[in-house]
Amino acid sequence: MHESYFWVIIGMAAVTFIPRMLPLVAFKMDAIPPFVRGVLKNVPYAILGALIFPGIITFNENIWMGIIGALTAFIAAYFGASLVIIVLCSIVVLGLVGFVFTHFSLL
Amino acid sequence: MNLAVAERFPLPLFRQGFKTGLSIAIGFMPVAFTFGLLAKSSGLSLYETLSMSILVFAGASQYIALTLIAAGVGALELITTTFIVNIRHLLMSASISEKSADDPKWLKALYSFFITDETFSIAATGKDKIQAAYMFGLGSIAYGSWVVFSGVGYLIGAGLPQILQDSMGIALYALFIGLLVPSAKTSKKVILLAAIAAVVNCILTFATAMSTGWTIIISTLVSSILIEMIWKEETDRA
Repeated sequence: MHESYFWVIIGMAAVTFIPRMLPLVAFKMDAIPPFVRGVLKNVPYAILGALIFPGIITFNENIWMGIIGALTAFIAAYFGASLVIIVLCSIVVLGLVGFVFTHFSLL
Repeated sequence: MNLAVAERFPLPLFRQGFKTGLSIAIGFMPVAFTFGLLAKSSGLSLYETLSMSILVFAGASQYIALTLIAAGVGALELITTTFIVNIRHLLMSASISEKSADDPKWLKALYSFFITDETFSIAATGKDKIQAAYMFGLGSIAYGSWVVFSGVGYLIGAGLPQILQDSMGIALYALFIGLLVPSAKTSKKVILLAAIAAVVNCILTFATAMSTGWTIIISTLVSSILIEMIWKEETDRA
């Protein structure tokens, strides 16, 4: 094994863990102004938008895979399915779509 | 003592987190598997591959690290790049901090290790205060999947069939959509927040050379701050 890679990995671990830990340990929530608290409350929903787009369009060479997968997840979620069901439905639908595309040479 | 431990760490909450985390675990399988496979072809040993998944637990930066290792870059650049790619977790941690219950600091420090895009999204969109027990349940199953399938991918040494790659790649996006839709159904504010961040992220991604870590932070902050400035609480009673 290469000694240097292990210590690089330790360095990577440190620079990953410290930003994760600091706010949870160092923040005094009482001292934070209401505006900032409001912004922090908004973060989860904003970041979901950023995590979904444009990634979902570009995750597969065929743009339709992303679109069909997104529609499946949206429909399942809209009707109140649990997260596991939503994830599994999307995988199964894309598996079927992928099979059809491949089988009929549509890709 | 038993009572104190049970009160501090309620098992039902752990189980609830664990159960919800199954959706992440499923999504992590193909990503971790492919990481293990690529790590092998990049020249890492099994020990190094597992060390990275065990100690770093951040998919995007682990993948980028493989690219950099294959290109022969130095340690400092590797660590700096990891920091930049993962800096969005700082924002996520701050957001969780705003919503976390009064657990001891050492417990928060421990469960902060489990903060990823996926665990953060689930925890932060929940209705209740975020408890340590829930975070440990959520994080442990996601973490277990990530580490185990990194090893499996390395050892099997063959890629997933194309049809599995195509279909399972959607899993984590489906997770994010699954978290966003229920909240969006009840709040126009949520729709606006997600839409603005998505548009800004698309612009930054396609129009600039900015890395994903930065585009996500900037998009999120632009959207969160903008909506906070213009939104009146009275108009969003739902």
